[in-house]
Amino acid sequence: MKVNEMAAKLSLRVNTTKGDLGREVTGCYISDLLSDVMANAKEGEVWITLQTHPNIVAVAALKNLSGIIITNNRIPEEETLKKAEAEGMPIMLSASPTFETGGSLYRLLRC
Amino acid sequence: MGGEFTHAGAASSELKTILTGLGISADLVRRAAIATFEAEMNVIIHAAAGVINYSVTPDKIQIVVSDMGPGIPDIELAMTEGYSTAPDWVREMGWGAGMGLPNIKKNSDELRVESVVGEGTTIEIIISKKEGDACEGE
Amino acid sequence: MTLGRIAEILDAEFLVNAGDPNTEIESVCSSDLMSDLLHFSARPKSLLITGLINNQVVRTAEIADINAVVFVLNKRPDRETVSLAEEKGIWLLVTRLSRYTACGRLYGEGLRSCTEEDGCD
Repeated sequence: MKVNEMAAKLSLRVNTTKGDLGREVTGCYISDLLSDVMANAKEGEVWITLQTHPNIVAVAALKNLSGIIITNNRIPEEETLKKAEAEGMPIMLSASPTFETGGSLYRLLRC
Repeated sequence: MGGEFTHAGAASSELKTILTGLGISADLVRRAAIATFEAEMNVIIHAAAGVINYSVTPDKIQIVVSDMGPGIPDIELAMTEGYSTAPDWVREMGWGAGMGLPNIKKNSDELRVESVVGEGTTIEIIISKKEGDACEGE
Repeated sequence: MTLGRIAEILDAEFLVNAGDPNTEIESVCSSDLMSDLLHFSARPKSLLITGLINNQVVRTAEIADINAVVFVLNKRPDRETVSLAEEKGIWLLVTRLSRYTACGRLYGEGLRSCTEEDGCD
């Protein structure tokens, strides 16, 4: 499933303008700890987190993830969005908690 | 208790036990414990040392947390959800998301924050008690 | 759903037993950030799924009235954290599944979290 299709089906708000929304989502990694994402996330996965600070973009870019979903109506910092645009990393926002967002995505990707 | 993560939360845990033992309602105990815990973590993350004092009277629970940390230059900014001055390594321990002061405010009925940059910060948390709670004046 | 059934679904191992595994769990939250859990409105009989294994998790669980914690990706807390959980009566479990799969399975079984702001579905 492509990033933009996923965003539409999960009612996520896409918060960036650049970034490849046509990219394939290969899976998902959920974590709020950067070291954990660095160690375990896989290329192409979409990352679900509560973190909103700029370092998340660097990590997502390094691991070549397909995008970042920030949950619980959290708003990313301005610097974070700037970096995301520069890196072409899609940032999407979910109004639901992490558990529900991840759970819905799991259901979506399996069917 | 500043700078030391091993026993982080122990003081708040103790307070929770004490307040429960005084017969205070679970909801008020929970709010007091959360507010104190967040304040305790702020001291541990940012300050070299700090002290927690509390008192329970018929009408309220008052908790005062003072530290000798760096102080807060802009208190209003610090109260903004998501604003954090915590170093990166703290984020990897599960803290530093900028929710501390907002969580304290959410759980208290009155909150006073006084701070002098370079000297330290004092936070006073007041939780009003409903009528009919058992208590011992301190 | 009982804690025992959840353990089965997650293929999880018990590290700390804090009573009867037929304890009902009514809501689940998943976070590695402690302040987020403290922000989360307490519901009795709740479970936390996390990848953070330090003692802060147990402290926060105690303060936030979370009954049980499941660690993912086979991450195991140290002896001190386990002792603290035993002392405080908080269940600790560990699963080899990722946080994504664990949340996915439990969500598929109908469990939900619930925050004060969002309200329940």
